[in-house]
Amino acid sequence: MKSLFKMTWMEAKLFLREPIGAFFTLVFPLMMLFLFGSIYGNKPTSLFNGLGTIDISVPAYTAMIIATTGLLGLTITMSAYRENGVLRRLRTTPISPLLVLVSQVIVLFLMTTFGMVLLIIAGKLVYHIHFYGNALNVILGFILCSLSFFSLGFVLAGLMPTARTAQVVGMVLLYPMLFLSGAGFPRELLPEAIKNISVFLPLTYVVNLLRGLWVGEAWSHHTTDVIVLASILITGILVSIKTFRWE
Amino acid sequence: MNQVVQVEKFRKSYGTTIAVDSISFDVQEGEIFGMVGPNGAGKTTTIECLEGLRRPDSGLLRVLGMDPQTESHTLRILTGMQLQQSNLPERMKVWEALDLYSSFYPKTANWEQLLFQLGLEEKRNSYFSKLSGGQKQRLFIALALLPDPQVIFLDELTTGLDPQARHAIWDLIRDIKLKGKTVLLTTHYMEEAERLCDRVAILDHGRIVALDSPEALIRTMGAEERIVFSIDGVLPASFEQALVGVGRLEVQRERVVVHGNVGLKVPLVSEVVTLLTSSGVKFQNLRTEQSTLEDVFLKLTGKEMKE
Repeated sequence: MKSLFKMTWMEAKLFLREPIGAFFTLVFPLMMLFLFGSIYGNKPTSLFNGLGTIDISVPAYTAMIIATTGLLGLTITMSAYRENGVLRRLRTTPISPLLVLVSQVIVLFLMTTFGMVLLIIAGKLVYHIHFYGNALNVILGFILCSLSFFSLGFVLAGLMPTARTAQVVGMVLLYPMLFLSGAGFPRELLPEAIKNISVFLPLTYVVNLLRGLWVGEAWSHHTTDVIVLASILITGILVSIKTFRWE
Repeated sequence: MNQVVQVEKFRKSYGTTIAVDSISFDVQEGEIFGMVGPNGAGKTTTIECLEGLRRPDSGLLRVLGMDPQTESHTLRILTGMQLQQSNLPERMKVWEALDLYSSFYPKTANWEQLLFQLGLEEKRNSYFSKLSGGQKQRLFIALALLPDPQVIFLDELTTGLDPQARHAIWDLIRDIKLKGKTVLLTTHYMEEAERLCDRVAILDHGRIVALDSPEALIRTMGAEERIVFSIDGVLPASFEQALVGVGRLEVQRERVVVHGNVGLKVPLVSEVVTLLTSSGVKFQNLRTEQSTLEDVFLKLTGKEMKE
């Protein structure tokens, strides 16, 4: 327990010392919020069923943070740890590899949460965002989405031979997905043809679930999302256990 | 004296390449034991199998009486390891590394004290990536000493370090021995083995070609002494003739080397000086060179140790 605590604390410090990771998790989503807020404001519009742009952007950008930490932050950290021999050094000690994975998940989950909280605070203070959901449901949905994407990150880190390829593949998967899934900007603005593609993107289900829970829709409206995300989570855990390598 | 490490008929191959071909040796409590040999001789494979990081194909391996494969958890608590290729996260500070790794063991040495002993106290707040090669190695030694281990494994400890840093690390290893700990190290620097180890195993192509104390190896196998001096002009033929039966002559322009056996009735050096004087040769910078492990290796394998 003591080693898990120390390791988690250490990884949290390392995360904040790495400017790029901290930027994309904590700063960039806020910049997006203020950029689109300054363009559209948060006036209710029929396009979003009587909600404002910022109302729907807060859960969507939360999805963006989840995807970025999962597919980039986690993938790059884990594959670089393996490639540079950080895991090799840890392997000579009595600790279990699980400790490394668990502390990584805790830190990234806390940072993702922190990123979402910053969005909510900024949205509330500057744009007076509306929230019609149940806080507990949103938190549960957020946990499911985060863990599901983190498990994808571990799979990617395990399958890719080098840190460099892991980073490239992570980016290639992430960036188109951000725009086509409705995380980077509202899916309502996308043409029909592209909306059809989004069915194949895991991030779409994160956006659906979070936006739905945010406005108070019931879980029963989102069984597909939950099934898809839970399947990703379970498959991800199984595959990452299989593909985990110390070196 | 207890056996701390025991290796019997140990074999390991990677695909069709035989890395280690049935070697046997043991390491006694309190000694510094070195495995020396060129890259690819099987040193790292042996040490990594003893550390439980790799699985041997066959043979018996025991560390503190335990099997590194099945009792690796206990062994990792009782042993310290420094690996040839390993790292810490770039932005981890020196003190943080020691503090973090301390939490992995049930019982540890005081890391503040280790920091001081290894001369790292000024670097305690530096990032790992900002340390020099020697400082990184000292930090790895500190991490290896952290569990207050009975035996410590050091793989290619001073590779890539400048001579000054290397000497500083040798002093540290001698200190570790003085504390009663057993050290098993690998190196491809013959000088390091000669200066540091109580006993060395010379490995070549996965086999042990010699195993003894450095002094004994040099005495029995490198039974040669060299007298080196420089001259102006050429050596008179009379000197060359007089040398026959004393030693072998090697002339490299103004530099002259006489190779001879040690343990003669008249020491080689006085014989050579007498001959030089009687032949009227003016010589400068005369010195004697003893055999080194390097010569032993050359004699055993017919090739020079090259990095």
